[in-house]
Amino acid sequence: MTATTAKTMTATTAKNPHFMGFVGHEPDGKPGWPKTVKEWLFTIDHKVIGMWYLFGALASFAVAGLAAMLMRIELGSVGPDITSDGNVYNLWLTMHGAVMILGFQIPALLGFVANYAVPIMIGAKDMAFPRVNALSVWLLWAGILLALANLVIPDHFNGMWTGYPPYSTNYAGNVGLYSSVVIVLGMASVFGAVNLACTVAFMRCKGMGWFQMPMTVWCVFTANIIQLIFVPVLAASVLLLSMDKYLGFGFYNPESGGDVLLYQNLFWFYSHPAVYVILLPFVGIIFEIFSVSSKNMVFSYKVAVMSVLAFIPASADVWAHHAFVAGLPDWFNMLMSFTTLLISLPFGLVMLSMVGTLYKGAIRYSGPMIWALGAWVMLIFGGLTGIPNALAAVDYGISDSYAIMSHFHYVMAVAGAMATFGAVFYWFPKMTGRICNEMLTKLSGIGFFIGMNVVMAPLYIAGLAGMPRRYMDYQQFADNSTIVNAQHISTIGALITFLSVLLMLVAWIHGMIKGKKSSQNPWGSQSLEWTSTAIIAGQGNFPTPVRVAKDWHPYNYIDNPDPTFQAHPWGQPHAAEPQPAGH
Amino acid sequence: MKKKSFVYKVLGALLALPLIPTLAYAFQMEVANRNNYGGLTPQAHWEEVWTEVVWDITILGVVYFVIALFFLLKYRRTGHNQVGKSPRLSGQAILGWVILPCMLFLGDDLFLYVKAFALNNQMREVPADARTVKVTASMWNWNYDYGNGVDTDNELRVPVGKPVIFRMTSDDVIHSHYLDGYHVTEDVMPGRVTWEWVMPVKLGKSVITCREYCGANHSKMYGKLIVMKQADFDTWMAKAKAEAKAGTGRQVAMVDKPGISSNVNKGGKL
Repeated sequence: MTATTAKTMTATTAKNPHFMGFVGHEPDGKPGWPKTVKEWLFTIDHKVIGMWYLFGALASFAVAGLAAMLMRIELGSVGPDITSDGNVYNLWLTMHGAVMILGFQIPALLGFVANYAVPIMIGAKDMAFPRVNALSVWLLWAGILLALANLVIPDHFNGMWTGYPPYSTNYAGNVGLYSSVVIVLGMASVFGAVNLACTVAFMRCKGMGWFQMPMTVWCVFTANIIQLIFVPVLAASVLLLSMDKYLGFGFYNPESGGDVLLYQNLFWFYSHPAVYVILLPFVGIIFEIFSVSSKNMVFSYKVAVMSVLAFIPASADVWAHHAFVAGLPDWFNMLMSFTTLLISLPFGLVMLSMVGTLYKGAIRYSGPMIWALGAWVMLIFGGLTGIPNALAAVDYGISDSYAIMSHFHYVMAVAGAMATFGAVFYWFPKMTGRICNEMLTKLSGIGFFIGMNVVMAPLYIAGLAGMPRRYMDYQQFADNSTIVNAQHISTIGALITFLSVLLMLVAWIHGMIKGKKSSQNPWGSQSLEWTSTAIIAGQGNFPTPVRVAKDWHPYNYIDNPDPTFQAHPWGQPHAAEPQPAGH
Repeated sequence: MKKKSFVYKVLGALLALPLIPTLAYAFQMEVANRNNYGGLTPQAHWEEVWTEVVWDITILGVVYFVIALFFLLKYRRTGHNQVGKSPRLSGQAILGWVILPCMLFLGDDLFLYVKAFALNNQMREVPADARTVKVTASMWNWNYDYGNGVDTDNELRVPVGKPVIFRMTSDDVIHSHYLDGYHVTEDVMPGRVTWEWVMPVKLGKSVITCREYCGANHSKMYGKLIVMKQADFDTWMAKAKAEAKAGTGRQVAMVDKPGISSNVNKGGKL
């Protein structure tokens, strides 16, 4: 390296000569996104990483959504419509479930929301470990590509996202791919979770106490703690699947002394808490949008925070409600039935806080508010239809039916998707500097809401009429008009949803190119990401460190003291180290 | 003003307290009555509990929606700089807003739990005179063994008014035995024996389906339950027994099923 280039090197690269390719998180004072492809690819800036999470999540949503459309068309009438091959249909079904959960919801909520929004919301210049952050997003992309490989390999895995043995080990195809995808994505989640927990714990700006954090931050933080506790169990359970199949172990094989139920216990010990990993972040988003749209304090904020935290212990002792009909002892079913019902306490308090946030508010029906309201309604439907499922004896009648499928689509899938897209619309000005057309935003939101209700409400009724889950056809119910009509209406609803998603894409693209230029704080929020940095924040987020007063609160719209800026820049500037001659 | 609201909160909490002993009493009554169940069959009992649960969640949902709708319509923003004016809650008020809703939710949970507990007792207590039918599931077939040399595939015949218990196991993967109209589902697993029982009271046919995903023809794994008069059943059983003894084949009522698709990966066991 010549002396001339050494002189022009930035402070960051001089500090880290081995990582010259990375684009750092040191503030460079210039708002806006990186300009070159190289900067986008080798970034360690949390906002750019957040965008990569969002792109991955949206790509996954497209793939899994198309799989859902194919299934809905196939199920529109009795008999084969577009395929008569059960393996083809089961591949769609497996891809839909696995990619929606592992590729769309968790990356969108714990990746995009956590990485893009959380550091700016707490006044941090980046995540605690920016390079680990880059590692986790690229692990996620590796996992998504690995999952998509399932569409092209000859022995594709079709054992559903749950992968129950002995079907998955003996018949479902490449269970090794399934284990690998889950473990790679699990590693990405754990790295991300450690990173985010440290960021929230140690990188809040000066003056921000724990109870001065936005609800989104609390919810994402709690969800990540749940991830840290439970993901290892999932990794173990799927690793044992591969050990059974390829190394001749017999953990789940009754012939060698194993037990098929072991897997279900291990799997749901993670996967029920995983429901709250998905649920909590979008609960946080609904809080955020409700509060900003009604310019009102979150109703009994501290109780809402405590209720969110209560999900950690509450989620840990309910897993067996996924196996009420699996021949577990009756006393155990009864115990788990009760602990499951106890979830209604924190959940009810959270819902109460949401409604209370509207009380005496100044509600403006902005675009994101429409999406958040839709998510809230879906969350209520889903939460209430969960109560019968918690009662073991009632579950004997509806277990593994469309009623269950409809319930979890309401509570997790649709409510989650609506809140996620609401969040994209909400932070759209922050990402692009422009606001989406309000009419398009609202129309697509209302269309999505109506469409998904037309899909899921009839299916709940079909489930009560006896329609089981994961069927590619229902000729045994051909003379059951409830089921046949429900399937038909549901397919029409899927088309409405599909068109609304297209409309949403139009709204985004139109917003990016032609949208109205946004002011710094278009929604009138009090949170730091809107009040204290440029509309498109640059590297390091804030030019100098932010400081908030003791009585500052992200949801105080009446007499909130303005955040102040410290005079000196972030940390100490790195002195340009003298380079050894001839290096 | 502040003091008054605190008194109201405490009074409210006290009003909610009797919920617990009331429910405990109801619980005892339900358990004490458990051999009677008001003469209900398990399926009628299930439907009764289901109706109660549906009313319960409907009322909860309507309360939430009506309140939210009222707020949404009433508190719309009119001026540009208008902000929300929700009251600042005192410590007692916060406590009240935790205790009262929690009592309400817990009371409702207990109410439903008690009902479902009694139902569970009935559904998991087999009458002494129940006839045993062995069920063996395989991809994609239900085999019913009556224990006297007679067995059928995908067709189950039972006499009306006599309880039947199914003792079930699987030859390959997990299946789940669901009898339409009886509201019972139970997984069928290799290496384990699970059970469920039903009380057929209505003559006629109904569908039996598999409810646990079991591969390419999961949706074609179904059979039918035929509830017959005792005399008809005896005639059929005698005939079936004679045929079984003579070796003229089983009473097979195979439902039309396409063959196993070629790319099912059957390998994998080392």
